[in-house]
Amino acid sequence: MPTFTLTVNGKTRVLDVEPEMPLLWALREQLGLTGTKYGCGIAQCGACTVHVDGRPVRSCAVAVSVVAGKRVTTIEGLANGNEPHPVQAAWVEVGVPQCGYCQSGQVMSAAALLADHPDPTDAEIDAAMAGNLCRCGTYLRIRRGIRTAAALIAKKGAPS
Amino acid sequence: VSAAPVTRRHFLKVSVAAGGGMIIGFYLPEALPASVQPKPWTALPQGAEINAWLAIDAEGNVTIRVPHTEMGQGALTSVCMMIAEELNVDWSRVRAVFADPNRHLRNGNEYKTMFTAGSAVVRRQHPHIMQAGASARERLKEAAAQAWGVQRGAVEATLGVLKSGARSGTYAEFATAAAAVALPEEPAIKTPDQWWLLGRPVKRLDVDVKSNGSAAYAIDVKLPGMAYAAVKACPVPWGRLGRFDAAAIRARPGVIGAHELKAVTGKTGLSDLQDAVAVVADSWWRAKTALDALPVEWDYGSGASVSSESQLAEARERLAAPGEVVSDEGGAPAWAGEPKELTADYYRPYETHARMEPINATVSVTPERIDVWSPTQDQSVALQLAADQAGVGIEKVFVHTVFLGGGFGGNGAGGTAVTRQATELSKRLQRPVKVIWSREEDIAQDKQRPPNLTRFAASLAPETRLPSAWTTRSIWFTQDAVARVGPATADYAISNMPYKVPHRRHERINGKAHIPVATHRAPGTNQHGFMTECFVDEVALAGGWDPLEWRLKMTEGLDDWQLVLRTLKEKSGFRTGLPRGRGMGVAIVEDHGSICAACATVSVTRGGELAVEKVVIAIDCGHVINPLNAAEQCEGSVCWELSHAWMGGLELREGRFVNTNFDSYPLLRFNQMPEVEVHFALSGGGKWGGIGEPAGPPVPPAVANAIFFATGNRIRSTPFKKHDLSWS
Repeated sequence: MPTFTLTVNGKTRVLDVEPEMPLLWALREQLGLTGTKYGCGIAQCGACTVHVDGRPVRSCAVAVSVVAGKRVTTIEGLANGNEPHPVQAAWVEVGVPQCGYCQSGQVMSAAALLADHPDPTDAEIDAAMAGNLCRCGTYLRIRRGIRTAAALIAKKGAPS
Repeated sequence: VSAAPVTRRHFLKVSVAAGGGMIIGFYLPEALPASVQPKPWTALPQGAEINAWLAIDAEGNVTIRVPHTEMGQGALTSVCMMIAEELNVDWSRVRAVFADPNRHLRNGNEYKTMFTAGSAVVRRQHPHIMQAGASARERLKEAAAQAWGVQRGAVEATLGVLKSGARSGTYAEFATAAAAVALPEEPAIKTPDQWWLLGRPVKRLDVDVKSNGSAAYAIDVKLPGMAYAAVKACPVPWGRLGRFDAAAIRARPGVIGAHELKAVTGKTGLSDLQDAVAVVADSWWRAKTALDALPVEWDYGSGASVSSESQLAEARERLAAPGEVVSDEGGAPAWAGEPKELTADYYRPYETHARMEPINATVSVTPERIDVWSPTQDQSVALQLAADQAGVGIEKVFVHTVFLGGGFGGNGAGGTAVTRQATELSKRLQRPVKVIWSREEDIAQDKQRPPNLTRFAASLAPETRLPSAWTTRSIWFTQDAVARVGPATADYAISNMPYKVPHRRHERINGKAHIPVATHRAPGTNQHGFMTECFVDEVALAGGWDPLEWRLKMTEGLDDWQLVLRTLKEKSGFRTGLPRGRGMGVAIVEDHGSICAACATVSVTRGGELAVEKVVIAIDCGHVINPLNAAEQCEGSVCWELSHAWMGGLELREGRFVNTNFDSYPLLRFNQMPEVEVHFALSGGGKWGGIGEPAGPPVPPAVANAIFFATGNRIRSTPFKKHDLSWS
């Protein structure tokens, strides 16, 4: 089997797997990073959202071979050491999660949005978040969380 | 799995930024392999146990053992709040862990119940949960009283400190002595006017771990030597497994084998095995892709002849004949024949739970013991399922409670075959096995919300133009033509609607189908609330009444209904006569002991594009112990029911569901979520209503009624998306 080298949360990782194995399962089962969730397997729910070279990606629909040589960030690698990412801090302040299962994906989508648009419009928030389902219905608090995170970033500066 | 000693701490300590240094402990399933021993929970260092519910350590930290599952509804926090309220302990000293189901069963249902459903954790369980805290407080006081030679009544217990005159001591100092105290009489629980913690907004204890990816769900469990299984049961429920060609996939990477799982004849329970094939591999993705490639033959059985159309045709045919009379008010002699003035048929299709965490279970069967991780709403049931499947006594089975990625009444692993599947495979393979249902399998094999067709008829009194007679005849379809999920699911919000009509009758017909059904967040009211409250608008408008004034008139003398309706009227500013294309609609439904009204504002483009702008909720659940969580539950319930009513609906074709995943079973998305306002209209007193479900049922009828005002289109079935809403 071929091997693929990628950077995951700042560390170089070598995967000895089928080229078509989705990044999601490589993360969860090969690398033990279970914060990224399986929800649908067809890029419809967003629970598996991670960043590839800073862009939000549904990891269930991206093959390992495609991300070889790229920089992958998962929910486990979003914080800066012990300091939570502003989105995570905002999630705690607002109290966004209910069951929490979709929230890794929500946080990753929101973090990617704010990296591009530090002060997003409602339409930009809608566009960035429409791909992440939440069955508990935390959407209103997600919006509030994004606004709170934007305010935190404005105060402290963007996360490194 | 070896019984190695505990070599590391099993708590994940988390500081919650807001609320001041709260420390909570969660058992980490990853750590379990190092702690497989007879009592993994009670062996944890938690301090002196005063009763089964709580222990106090030397620093004064209180570990509260929560018997209920946390599936997003906030039970973890609510149970701790109720105990902390009675114990009089600083909230920052509270740690939450899940209680041990094995202990619960071993000691004769020590926590009374571990079942988490029916919006009942606060509504129904608060007396015994608060009692546990009150009892511990009084034992601490008694221990101090005995040490100080004073009466217990002379000891005060405040925020972790015991005091009598000049003497004082901490709870921690007296915890060990308190555990041995026997009270002559258990204390009464506090009344709401004595609360210092309950009734205040408190942040959930599980927000941190759910924002950084560290919250552990059953699907995340990894055990040494664990194999992964993907399963496929017959796409037509109760069909039989024919041949499958295991050799065709044997050479695929990681594949360990293909296994047959057979239904046991005569067993048709929701959690019993159905015929299925399982592929086991060293990775779930490898198992799933091999299963997809596995040639399998099925005997679909008689269910294959059923479609949504055929079922609806059968329903219409059977509605022509009388059903079982569920309620009959007004007396038969006075019955003025069948009402004819207004008739309408209302229909709701099957819906699925589609929890974000697909159904899964991990089971480790060894000769010594069985360990189970499953997203279930009743750990004690999961325990019994595993024991039964493995053929061992319950004392050898340990269920490890983890977070649930949603519950919504389906009971996940407790209400499906997955726990038995994982137990059976682990037993055969002699290694831990994790079974995950793909999303497609989850939708195909979940226990669904049953469909229902109801025929309404009403006649109006000539003078008042209010209804003088009102009849309903409902048919629903369950697996065995018995109301397995309870007659409530068939009748609520129809048979018990509050409106006083001189002659009223409800009849039920139990239809039979091969599709297994189960409760679904706000069962019964979630569909009948829609039907009844839309027909109410039809009746009100036919009589020339304003829909909200009609409801106020028809609930005169019912103080709590009046309180909720008046609150809705004041807060929503409901009115008819908005410009064409916009409309407001109202509805009110009682569910799980709470009365909830909704006012929806919608806009519909000329082309028929619907937007739900705003939903105002007024709810009477009697008491609210945590207004923050209560509001979150209402918002979530709005989203839940709007999803199904607007874009949901499962369609049967050749005995199986056409909908397979979120592309063909779409759910409400972020950009479609209306603004939601929640107003509590609490009647207090002895009323304790639920909060996890009741805000859902009034939303679809409020939206459908609003659509009527916006467009003139009267919607009598869901999903709304199937209706042409265009107007000119």
